[in-house]
Amino acid sequence: MSVTKTVLNGSASTAGANTNQPQLPIYLDYQATTPCDPRVVQAMLPYFTEKFGNPHSRNHSFGWDAEEGVENARRQVASIIGADEKEVIFTSGATESNNLALKGVAHFHKDKKNHIITTVTEHKCILDSARHLEMEGFEVTYLPVQQNGLIDLEQLKAAITDKTVIVSVMAVNNEIGVIQPLAEIGKICRARGVYFHTDAAQAVGKIPLDVNAMNIDLMSISGHKIYGPKGIGALYVRRKPRVRLEASIHGGGQERGMRSGTLPTPLCVGLGEACAIAEKEMGAEAERLKYLSDRMYNKITEQLPEVFLNGDRAQRIPGNLNISFAYVEGEGLMMGIKDLAVSSGSACTSASLEPSYVLRALGVEEELAHTSLRLGIGRFTTEQDVDYAVEHIVQSVNRLRAMSPLWEMAQEGIDIKSIQWAEH
Amino acid sequence: MAYSNELLDHYDNPRNVGTLDKGDNSVGTGLVGAPACGDVMKLQIKVGVDGRIEDAKFKTFGCGSAIASSSLATEWVKGKTLDEAEQIKNTHIAKELSLPPVKIHCSVLAEDAIKAAIKDYRDKHLSGETQLGVSGAAE
Repeated sequence: MSVTKTVLNGSASTAGANTNQPQLPIYLDYQATTPCDPRVVQAMLPYFTEKFGNPHSRNHSFGWDAEEGVENARRQVASIIGADEKEVIFTSGATESNNLALKGVAHFHKDKKNHIITTVTEHKCILDSARHLEMEGFEVTYLPVQQNGLIDLEQLKAAITDKTVIVSVMAVNNEIGVIQPLAEIGKICRARGVYFHTDAAQAVGKIPLDVNAMNIDLMSISGHKIYGPKGIGALYVRRKPRVRLEASIHGGGQERGMRSGTLPTPLCVGLGEACAIAEKEMGAEAERLKYLSDRMYNKITEQLPEVFLNGDRAQRIPGNLNISFAYVEGEGLMMGIKDLAVSSGSACTSASLEPSYVLRALGVEEELAHTSLRLGIGRFTTEQDVDYAVEHIVQSVNRLRAMSPLWEMAQEGIDIKSIQWAEH
Repeated sequence: MAYSNELLDHYDNPRNVGTLDKGDNSVGTGLVGAPACGDVMKLQIKVGVDGRIEDAKFKTFGCGSAIASSSLATEWVKGKTLDEAEQIKNTHIAKELSLPPVKIHCSVLAEDAIKAAIKDYRDKHLSGETQLGVSGAAE
């Protein structure tokens, strides 16, 4: 692990270097993006300057070598989700995959079916695509979530009509890390003859996925969330029974006509390698991250009162902790922990000055939404990183609570909710 | 967010964090903002017999810009008369801290806090009777 970190930081120090002080700044935003695993970069390199051919060139070895790289990667992506390689198409990322899945399916079937079901906590690329389809005349149902972040399966069943063409529910939420009941959703959809799409950007390589066992018809995959390169993703499209969709990008007919364009060979190879590594190491990594995550959460809650976890504790990927620190605002807190790279659900950290819509969907009150931090750990996070982070978070929270009029009022026993605030 | 050195200084070394006795007749307390908005400032002034603000304290729930704005506000009101303190504009605060456009509203809140504290003090001395209470807060 320290070797990979050494490679990441470009220094030549040995693996036996002093591991008491973590390397600053510490990256704790693994849901935003991940660094490429050095092994992924190694796999990609030959395809930039040596095997640089167009993988669709059928007539010479440059093309064949590139094609081999791409098709090998395709197999690796298919393998980690239990699919057939013919069912995997490459895209520029999960955003494109999500757009293609929703719009492509909706448009193809629009003469017979015009209803789409999704959830309020989806990533913006799903929500915005759904809004766009609404403007085109489609009906969209946005299922609410419970306080723990999970959908209510009965509500899903009740929402499906004979006009429903697709249900789209993300496998793992990017803000709170909760895992939706994929197999149950798949079963419901299959029984009703409705396509089931899942945005699995935050799930692939973190939890076991099996498109057949879970009755998944379409799945979006992201490269840069699983230690692969940015700019590449994939869409799984079931062949039996066949999912029909309209392409968004027309051209030379690549990817079975579903997504034209010359494939970026090195990026495909990178995604494939990232999947292969994840498939092998998923079990051990999940265990290690669970240990670190529990350590982080327990140490924080032992030292600080009035701390709340957002989203289900159990149905959650271990790499994610989304925590509200009552009476302390998120951006102010982030400024006090400058050596830690994290993100917050506070309005003050967003360009729109709106607090996190995901937290709001959970029923988290606005003032707690403003106090939230998302801590994302991953493959290269060490125990020293976690301990350092906890120490500085606790310190900063205590300092800001001492400066907070709300904390003061709470200590005095004043019910903050009873106050008539003079909003401006 | 790329903050100015002045702002960072106020965040790292805030001036006048604390509390004055709001029941004290010489103290004016301003409580502005709302937790739901992510911004609450409490600014208190202690007015001397000469009519000048001899002490000021603040507590803020908010981002770095909010903390810095209110810290600066307590610095600026000290030594001023109530009328002089009322002249402090949010634009002065925003300029001093080089607030980014999206954070200007924090300086507005700080100006509101100063005015709220002054109003509270003046209300206490309206009829010459001591009044308890904090402006903006329900009893």
